[in-house]
Amino acid sequence: MQVSNSQSTTYNDSVVRQFSIMAVVWGVVGMLVGVIIAAQLVWPELNLGLPWTSFGRLRPLHTNAVIFAFGGCTLFATSYYVVQRTCHTTLFLPSLAKFTFWGWQLVIVAAAVSLPLGFTQGKEYAELEWPIDLLIAVVWVSYAIVFFGTIGTRKVKHIYVANWFFGAFILTVALLHIVNSAAMPASMMKSYSAYAGVQDAMVQWWYGHNAVGFFLTAGFLGIMYYFVPKQADRPIYSYSLSIVHFWALIFTYMWAGPHHLHYTALPDWTQSLGMAFSLILLAPSWGGMINGMMTLSGAWHKLRTDPILRFMIVSLSFYGMSTFEGPMMAIKTVNSLSHYTDWTVGHVHSGALGWVGLVSMGAIYYMIPRLFGQKQMHSIKAIELHFWLATVGIVLYISALWISGVMEGLMWRAINTDGTLTYTFVESVKAKQPYYIIRMLGGLLYLSGMTIMLWNVIKTATSGKAATATIPPVAAHA
Amino acid sequence: MDINTLRILATIASFAVFLGIMGWTWKRRNTSDFKEAANLPFTND
Repeated sequence: MQVSNSQSTTYNDSVVRQFSIMAVVWGVVGMLVGVIIAAQLVWPELNLGLPWTSFGRLRPLHTNAVIFAFGGCTLFATSYYVVQRTCHTTLFLPSLAKFTFWGWQLVIVAAAVSLPLGFTQGKEYAELEWPIDLLIAVVWVSYAIVFFGTIGTRKVKHIYVANWFFGAFILTVALLHIVNSAAMPASMMKSYSAYAGVQDAMVQWWYGHNAVGFFLTAGFLGIMYYFVPKQADRPIYSYSLSIVHFWALIFTYMWAGPHHLHYTALPDWTQSLGMAFSLILLAPSWGGMINGMMTLSGAWHKLRTDPILRFMIVSLSFYGMSTFEGPMMAIKTVNSLSHYTDWTVGHVHSGALGWVGLVSMGAIYYMIPRLFGQKQMHSIKAIELHFWLATVGIVLYISALWISGVMEGLMWRAINTDGTLTYTFVESVKAKQPYYIIRMLGGLLYLSGMTIMLWNVIKTATSGKAATATIPPVAAHA
Repeated sequence: MDINTLRILATIASFAVFLGIMGWTWKRRNTSDFKEAANLPFTND
């Protein structure tokens, strides 16, 4: 008989275990596809001359796999783990939580099949066709019911700040996905956007930038606000700063999308508005980073011995770097150089590999031994190795693309005294090749670190067994 | 009323709410409430 939610004495960790393992598996898959397409950029023949393995089809497969499969499974796992432990109650509607796992895996498999076959809505990070979009909406609403239901049945007075971030992420992604995916189906796997022209572009980048802001930022900040204090064994540096951080992000992120459409048909005032809000975003971003880092104040020595904490803190450094770079690139004059170049790709990866990737790995390394009744991961040395492979990989990746991006931008705008272009387009492509090799090697290092993590996770999981964690008895609150 | 006046009012109201939140957290920064909330991750061990 199923123990009802309010009487359960243990946390529901089976769904957390499933999502954690799959996060690592999909991480390896998504990053492998990334390395393959990075190699295709150097050696185009690697597309094998087949439509299914061409760059245009594998690239959305890579982005969907790393963002929604790796990142998504990590967010499901950590939010379910954190919300139970900070609310002192088990998951609301356990069967619906189970459905979110299988439903999300089905979405991922559908993406992995339909994207190489060439089915796409042509919207970046929202490529999946309408039947899959409907499934995403159903899974996501179920996720919201489980998460907010758990908060609603909590046994403590406060809603811990991490849950505010997770909650904002879940609500906003539901809103973004449903609005941006509105389309008129033409057949089973073909549809047309409900919007036209520049409105369509604006809706897409309102979605696109808030996918960065809420999926890749707010959700992972939820991870940061729980796992950094836990791993450092001290409460967050300033709880009031965390509240200001939260609301400042919420009030500003929604308006930053137009910076993706500088110098396009979008009205000029909208572009300027997007630029202004992007600049303002530096303040809450750095406020959050400082809050996370200062949690270590007085315990910096732990970084020397604890590779998991190092994952988290270096992740915050990359968060600080990319949230400085982002507002700078949103300035229209800077954007006129950086837009459409590799600099943008480098910026995205400094955030994705550096911030999102490292903080996810840190949180999974924290959870896995606890979920499988072990004291620590199978091999601490392997975590150390993973850390260095990942860090060196990121540095190679982003510095290569900075150079190639700025170079490319300068070559495109160079003109002769008579007003003709100095370089042809293909000359700029040729000039980038050495940097593409370095970028591929950086990606390969990052992937090899992830593969070591998979081995370490499997070793830890198979030598332990599913652990049950007890909910603390209801305490009398003053 | 002109739609733009409404938009301006909504923007100003949002900003006022944000300032209010900042003031509220500043006033409560040293209360036991915030301390209790900040310690929630440590109540399981």
